[in-house]
Amino acid sequence: MAHRLVSIIPALIVAGLVIGPVAAVLWRGGGFTALSDADADAVAFTVWQAFWSALISVVLAVPVARALARRQFPGRGALIAVMGAPFILPVIVAVLGLVAVFGGRGVINAVLGPLGLPRLDIYGAHGVILAHVFFNLPLAVRLILQGWLSIPSERFQVAASLGAPLFWLLEWPMLKRIVPGAFAVIFVICLGSFAVALTLGGGPRATTVELAIYQAFKFDFDLGKAASLAVVQLALGLCAGLVALLLARGDMLGAGLDRVVQRWDGSRVLDAVWIGLAALFLLAPLGALVVAGVPGLALLPEGIWAATGRSVMIALGAVVLTMALALPLATKAGEAASLLGISVSGLVLGTGIFLIVQPYVRPASVALPVTLLVNVLMSLPFVLRILRTGVDGAKADYGRLGASLGLRGWALWRIAYLPRLRRPMGFSAGLTGALAMGDLGVITLFSRPGQGTLPLAMYELMGRYQMDAAYGAALVLVGTSLALFWVFDRGGRVNADV
Amino acid sequence: MKKTLLTVAGLFAATTAFADGHANTLTVYAPDYFGSEWGPGPSIEAAFEEQCGCDLVYQTGDVLPRLLLEGENTEADVVIGLNTDVTKRARESGLMAPHGVDLSALTLPIDWDDDTFVPFNYSHTAFIYDNTKLDGFDSFEALLNAPDDVRVVIQDPRSSISGLALVLWVQAVYGDEAEAAWARLAPKIVTVTQGWSESYGLFTDGEADVVLSYTTSPAYHIIAEEDLTKSAAIFDEGHYFFVELAAKVEGTDNADLADQFMAFILTPEFQNLIPTTNWSFPAALPEADWPEGFQTLPRPETVLFYSEDEAAALRDTAIDAWRTALSQ
Repeated sequence: MAHRLVSIIPALIVAGLVIGPVAAVLWRGGGFTALSDADADAVAFTVWQAFWSALISVVLAVPVARALARRQFPGRGALIAVMGAPFILPVIVAVLGLVAVFGGRGVINAVLGPLGLPRLDIYGAHGVILAHVFFNLPLAVRLILQGWLSIPSERFQVAASLGAPLFWLLEWPMLKRIVPGAFAVIFVICLGSFAVALTLGGGPRATTVELAIYQAFKFDFDLGKAASLAVVQLALGLCAGLVALLLARGDMLGAGLDRVVQRWDGSRVLDAVWIGLAALFLLAPLGALVVAGVPGLALLPEGIWAATGRSVMIALGAVVLTMALALPLATKAGEAASLLGISVSGLVLGTGIFLIVQPYVRPASVALPVTLLVNVLMSLPFVLRILRTGVDGAKADYGRLGASLGLRGWALWRIAYLPRLRRPMGFSAGLTGALAMGDLGVITLFSRPGQGTLPLAMYELMGRYQMDAAYGAALVLVGTSLALFWVFDRGGRVNADV
Repeated sequence: MKKTLLTVAGLFAATTAFADGHANTLTVYAPDYFGSEWGPGPSIEAAFEEQCGCDLVYQTGDVLPRLLLEGENTEADVVIGLNTDVTKRARESGLMAPHGVDLSALTLPIDWDDDTFVPFNYSHTAFIYDNTKLDGFDSFEALLNAPDDVRVVIQDPRSSISGLALVLWVQAVYGDEAEAAWARLAPKIVTVTQGWSESYGLFTDGEADVVLSYTTSPAYHIIAEEDLTKSAAIFDEGHYFFVELAAKVEGTDNADLADQFMAFILTPEFQNLIPTTNWSFPAALPEADWPEGFQTLPRPETVLFYSEDEAAALRDTAIDAWRTALSQ
C-alpha cells in the first residue's frame, strides 16, 4: 500500500499544481465565458496542425531512428546530441533560423532562383508544420531510438540464427509500444503553439488557441475567457494522453545483458541517406544561427553573464526537482497527470500562480521559484515518456527476481532498477535542463530587473533594436543548453556501450 | 566586485523597504524594454535618485494586466509605458490618480490636457525600408499600389500594441474602405508576427523589404550604428500618433515621492535621456535641444490620432477588417 501512495501523491500534486492555477484564473474571471466562432476556428486549426505536425514528426523519425540504431560511425554520439538542439531552441531564434534557410531570401530560394525553378514559399499552414517538425523530430527520433536500443541484442542474434523476420518479430512490437506515446507528447506540445504558428502561418488564418488566450489576457483582460480556453486545452491534452495510453500496447521483449547490438541487416546506403537528410534539415538552420550569432558575441552587455548564471541555476534546480518527482510518477496514471502540465497555457498557469501567491508574498520575490516550478511541470511529460519505457522494462524483467530475493522498496530500486535506468535518466535530465534554460516561461509576470533569465535578456535586446547582440545571446543560450544536455546525457551513458 | 556589492545592496534595500512598508522606495511598474538594463530605465533611475534621496525600483513585465490582477493590493506607486489604446481600461479600473502636473512644457504635435496620464515620449507608426533598395512611398496609396513582390511584414493587432496602432491607422485613413485597403495590401504581406521584435528581426535579416515600425526607428541606425540606409516612408495621408504615458497609482503609500516622479517626467533632465535610450521623440523638449540625428528625421505633416474612447470603440471593427481581408 505504501508504495502505491508514493506514486499517487506525486500524481495528485502535479494535477493540483495544474488545475489549481486554472481554477484561480477562472474564479477571478467570474466563471466560464462562451467561446466565439473565431475561437472555435482557432480550436479547429490548433488541433489540425498539431495532428499533422505530430504525425509527420513520428513517421519521419522511424527510419532515422532505425538508421541510427543499426549503424555505428565516428561522431555518432555527437551527431545525436547536436541534432537534439532544435527541440531546446527558443521559438523566435528557431523561426529566424528556419527563415534563413527556407525563407523568401533564404538559402534554398537562392539556389532555386538561378536554376529557374519555382520559388519556395514557407509562409502558410505548411510552414507551421515544417517548423513543428523541425522542433519535434529530434524528440521523436530520440524516443524511438531509445525503443530500438531497449531490444536486447541477444534477441537479434537468436532471431538471426533462426532466420526469423526481424522487423515483425522484434521491431514492430517495439514501435507499437513506443510510437503512440511519442505522437501524444508531440501533439500536446503543438497544441500550445503560438509564435511559430503566427510568424510562419502568414496571417490570421493560422490563429491558435494560445493566441486567443494571449489576446484575452493582454488586451481584453478577460480572465474568464482565458480560463475557458485553458480548459479546452486541458481537455484536448487529456484526450490525447488517454488515447495514446490505450493504444500503446506491445509486448516487452524480456531481459538481456545490456550489450550493444551488432547489426548486419538493412541497406547501408539507405540508412546513410536518412541520417544525412535529417542532419541537414536539423543542422542547417542552426548553422545560420551560428553565422548570425558569432559577431554578436562581442556586443553582449555585461549583464548577460549574470542572466546566464541565473538560467543555469534554474536549469539545475529543475533537473533535481523533476527527477525527484518523475521516478515515483513513472506509471500510466502519472504520465496521464503529467500531460496536463504541457497542455495548458503557460500564461494561464503563471497568472493563476500569481493570483494564488499574491495575497501572501510579493510576486517578484518568488519569480525564480515559480519559473522553476513551471519548468518542472512542463518537463515532466517528456521525462516520463522517456523513463517509463525503462521503468516498465526493468520492472517486467527484474521485478519478480528481486521479489524472490526479498528486495523491496528502495533496495529494489537501488540494486535492480536504477542501474538499468541510467541511460534514460541521463537523457531526460539533460532534456529538462536544456528546456529550462531556454524557457521564457512566466518570468515576465513576476520579474524585476536583476532577476531576468538569459532568454528574457535576449528578448529585451531584440526589443531595443540590438538584433546582433540578441543573436549573440541566442548563441550563448544554445551553447549553454547543449552543454548542459551533453553533461547529463553523457553522464547517463558512461560505462555503457552506446 | 563593485557591481556585485551594488546588487547585494540593492536586494537588501528592496527587502528592508518592504519590511517597513516602502518607507523611502518608489515602485515603478514598467515594460521589460523600458526597465531592463539596456533600456532607458537605469539612467532615469540614477537621475531621479540623485534628486529625491530615495530608492527607485522597477518591476518589469506586463504593466496593465499585472496592475489589474493586483487591484488595490498593488505595490506600484507609478506606472509607466502605457499607451492610449489601452488607457481606457486603466482609467476605468479606478486605480489611477490625477497627476496634478503642469502640462505647459509639452511639445507634442497634438493638444494634450489629460488629468490622469502624462506623456513622456512619442512617435508615429510608419513603414521602414532600406533606401538603397527601394525608392520609398509618399502615400499609403503608393504602398498599396506597389508591385506584389515588395515584401512587407507587420505585427498582429491581437497580440502587439504596434499592430493595433496599424489597424487604427488604416481605419483612420480608409474608414469604411479599410477592408478593401487591407485586401490590396494582403498580397505584399509576407507574414504577421506576434510582436515588434520578430518583425524587425525579419527586416534586418533581409527577409522583408518593408517593416511596420515607427518614424523614429531610423534614428537608432543613424546614431547607434552610423547606418543611413534605413528610412521611414512619410505618407501624405498622415501617420498614426503613438504616445507613451505614465500615471500615478491611486493607492500609493508614497504619494509625495510619486508626485515628485510625475513632475520629474517633464523636466529637461528626464526628457534629454529619452531620445537615445528609448529611441522616441521626447514629449517636452524644444526641437533645438534634440540630438542631431532626431532633428533631421523626416516627420509627417499630418498626425492622425484617436482618443482612447474612439480607439476603444473602433478597435473591434478595425481588427475585423484586417482579419477578414487577410483570411481570404
